[in-house]
Amino acid sequence: MSIYAIIFYLLGAVIVAATALAITRRNLMHAIVYLVLSFIGTALLFFLLGAPFLAVLEVVIYAGAIMVLFLFIVMMLEIKPEERTLGPWLRQWAPALALSGICLMIMVGFLFLNAGGPGPLLLVTASPLAFGRFLFQKYWLGVEIASFLLFVALVGALYLGRDNSTTGG
Amino acid sequence: MATIVPYSHMLILAAILFLLGAGCAVARRNLIMILIGVEVMLSASGLAFIGAAMHWQQLDGQAFVIFIMAVAASEVAVGLALIVYSQRRTGSLNADDYDLMKG
Repeated sequence: MSIYAIIFYLLGAVIVAATALAITRRNLMHAIVYLVLSFIGTALLFFLLGAPFLAVLEVVIYAGAIMVLFLFIVMMLEIKPEERTLGPWLRQWAPALALSGICLMIMVGFLFLNAGGPGPLLLVTASPLAFGRFLFQKYWLGVEIASFLLFVALVGALYLGRDNSTTGG
Repeated sequence: MATIVPYSHMLILAAILFLLGAGCAVARRNLIMILIGVEVMLSASGLAFIGAAMHWQQLDGQAFVIFIMAVAASEVAVGLALIVYSQRRTGSLNADDYDLMKG
């Protein structure tokens, strides 16, 4: 087992543990901080998998912008932690766990049925220069559409978030 | 050329993360936790795309992660604005409380 494989499995364990902790916290603030850890681990995994530019973007967008947005909303709405009740908790999680487990087993089964095809991943790195050239040569239309989508989302968030106490709506 | 891990392990990690996010979106009742579950799912799909890009040595997979990030950012902006809006209207963040067409 090479050093890269060890790093991969360590990072995978950290990401899965942090995500599992995040989705089970009753206090939203704790959940978001665990999620930041999970996204930083994902960014390191991106770096290991040859995408340094996307690793930086993952930290800036996911662990930075999106999680700070969640934190702002949690602080703005003054959300109390949910009370600890075991019965409803089990009723909520048991079906989700069962269905997710079945889906995971089917996915893993498919992967091992096709074990001949996917070989080992080779260690290569896409430099940000090459990646940017590729993106703007082949997917320039997609980039424009993505920017338009972000603009529409900005307008929508402004429209929904405006203070409508004066208009009575 | 150094190898990292089999491609299937990469996909299994992405599948586990995706299902953790899906389980969070299904099982939690807080609207913000549902949105967080969707974020985890989007991030896991990005991981699968990066693994595929590395496996086939093509940059297309990495290009799609940019679009996934744009979709995630706009989704979270509109979603949180909707949550704030509905919290102002109804005073609740519990998904079970939203059971009226005219509130």
